[in-house]
Amino acid sequence: MSILINRSSRVITQGITGNTGQFHTRTSREYANGRECFVAGVNPKRAGEDFEGIPIFGSVREAKQHTGAGVSVIYVPPAGAAAAIWEAVEADLDLVICITEGIPVRDMIAVRERMKKENRRTLLLGPNCPGVITPGELKIGIMPGHIHRQGRIGVVSRSGTLTYEAVAQLSDLGIGQSSAVGIGGDPVNGLKHIDVLKLFNDDPGTDAVVMIGEIGGSDEETAAYWVKEHMKKPVVGFIAGITAPPGKRMGHAGAIISGGKGTAQEKLAVMEACGIRVTRNPAEMGRTLKSVLR
Amino acid sequence: MKIHEYQGKELLRKYGVATPRGIACFTVDEASAAARSLGGSVWVVKAQIHAGGRGKGGGVKVAKSLDEVRVQAGQILGMQLVTHQTGPAGQKVRRLLIEEGADVAKELYVGMVVDRQTQRVCLMASSEGGMDIEEVAAKHPEKIRKVFIDPAIGLADADAQVVARSIGVPKASVPDAARLLQALYRCFDATDASLAEINPLVVTGEGRVVALDAKLNFDDNGLYRHPEIVALRDLDEEDPLEIEASKHDLSYISLDGNIGCMVNGAGLAMATMDTIKLYGGEPANFLDVGGGASAEKVTAAFKIMLSNAKVKAILVNIFGGIMKCDTIATGIVAAAREVRLSVPLVVRMKGTNEDIGRKILKDSGLPIISADNMAEAGRKVVAAVKALALKKKPEPKPKPKPKAKAKLKPKPKAKLKPKVKRMAARAKGKKK
Repeated sequence: MSILINRSSRVITQGITGNTGQFHTRTSREYANGRECFVAGVNPKRAGEDFEGIPIFGSVREAKQHTGAGVSVIYVPPAGAAAAIWEAVEADLDLVICITEGIPVRDMIAVRERMKKENRRTLLLGPNCPGVITPGELKIGIMPGHIHRQGRIGVVSRSGTLTYEAVAQLSDLGIGQSSAVGIGGDPVNGLKHIDVLKLFNDDPGTDAVVMIGEIGGSDEETAAYWVKEHMKKPVVGFIAGITAPPGKRMGHAGAIISGGKGTAQEKLAVMEACGIRVTRNPAEMGRTLKSVLR
Repeated sequence: MKIHEYQGKELLRKYGVATPRGIACFTVDEASAAARSLGGSVWVVKAQIHAGGRGKGGGVKVAKSLDEVRVQAGQILGMQLVTHQTGPAGQKVRRLLIEEGADVAKELYVGMVVDRQTQRVCLMASSEGGMDIEEVAAKHPEKIRKVFIDPAIGLADADAQVVARSIGVPKASVPDAARLLQALYRCFDATDASLAEINPLVVTGEGRVVALDAKLNFDDNGLYRHPEIVALRDLDEEDPLEIEASKHDLSYISLDGNIGCMVNGAGLAMATMDTIKLYGGEPANFLDVGGGASAEKVTAAFKIMLSNAKVKAILVNIFGGIMKCDTIATGIVAAAREVRLSVPLVVRMKGTNEDIGRKILKDSGLPIISADNMAEAGRKVVAAVKALALKKKPEPKPKPKPKAKAKLKPKPKAKLKPKVKRMAARAKGKKK
């Protein structure tokens, strides 16, 4: 079992004609059941052509009609990425995964507002995220597939390579993952820690969760309070940025301590108080998880 | 991106926000001429640096004669202005704003930021103008009025008026204040701002509502559509190393420690800094080399780290996913040779082709210390720094033989083209 995606998901690549889209569609396709899962690409100017056998359609709606796909992944450059998200939402897909980094916050505010106002059911993952993988079944995004291992641990994180680090630590200890989800480092995004934790909580294939956060905002705290009240499974956590100075944006647009809020210390304290087993040593994420398994 | 107060006011005026009349100056003579041309009998001489808290640091003075304008301009120009936001070294004042004095009857606070929870722009207003708003928020949260603005509608008349009344704007001035708030939002929205702050917003004796200060920050991701704002960038206000890094599409931030670190990915970079600290060291920087770390990029990163004279050792932590470890190792070796690396280098590589990568490092003949995981890397780099410190006293012969005393001098501040280039590079996509 898994969350968000599995071997029966059918996926559309938006931005399949660009270098990045092609590169990652190719590697995703080579992973596990990717060949059956990646069924369409979208580019209004290249409709009717194909990318290595994947048919290209003029719009997401058309691609969905012809292939029955319910998921899309976006590699469209920043200027057009918000519009690409909206196109997928309008086509009423189940899930949109936006990998694109550098989308203006204003564009994301507009898309999120419209999604909420029109009460759209489409889930958005990202933007500025590595994507999601269900090991042994399907990888949608830019993460290296080979470090993963099939299993029963959920991973959710705001940052890319730090997720890989956690996954590799688990795999090295022989602990596999049910799904690993990168929610992205932007201030205005789709699924947050709490949303992904809810999914893992309801997933019979997940026994425990590694939750990785970073400085900025209060999403980790919100998730921690929810865990305290509702989570039936153990959660372990790490927050990056204990050494980050206030007022400096640490790479990710959302990773900034402002007004004394969003520090790693504060987040770790709340998580601990809510029953999450935290580690302050990023090299210990895997072992910390192992210690909570019965 | 940040801009100066006078630039912010110019921008705000275009959207209909009232501000005092003022002129930006670079010299005492210009300041004096500016005051004369503004006329009146009271002027405010304001240091223009990007940091806040200028008043407390002595960077804002009121002058009651043209002579006083000259004296104060002379004092402020060129001073190292220290505020709670500049750090102990302060920031050199190179520009002034000379403004007409305002007849202040009431001081208020207005700010706008993007709220992550509601995913809307939040208007914050308070009757406690001139104060540190963070202090107000902590002690009297009830004195801050918030409105979350619907992006499809903008700041509605009714909302703007309610806010104006609730922060104590006199009745006769409410329409004026409401219009100003709406103009501020239009400016925020149209320019892709990430923060706007007017502290204080004042009501004058005649009942006019005027922005006495203006702080505007912009979303870097939105700059590609605002060349007119990119043109306002003042490189004198930025860290030269951060500027140099941005030219190579590297994300670099100077810190106070002595261990340089180079990592791929922002989250892993922060975690690496944390690891150094955990083992008793202090990171000298944050440096994310991003996705495609070519040999050129790694070399640039090494040069930037080493131009910080405090750096005593370097830790490289790379999770090679799609980027392969052998490619990175080749880059590291080339970079270490080119910069004639003279400080201990600890490398931890994980992921695709890590064995080949390690062999490349080993066969290079360079004194590279290899580590298998983050903890070991942290321990080793901290130990290397401590060993150097110990060795210095008895005999000045460090163990990893430095080829030459080639410590790179910090590069002279390069004038560079706008950040737009970087945006364009980023738009091309990433490969992690």
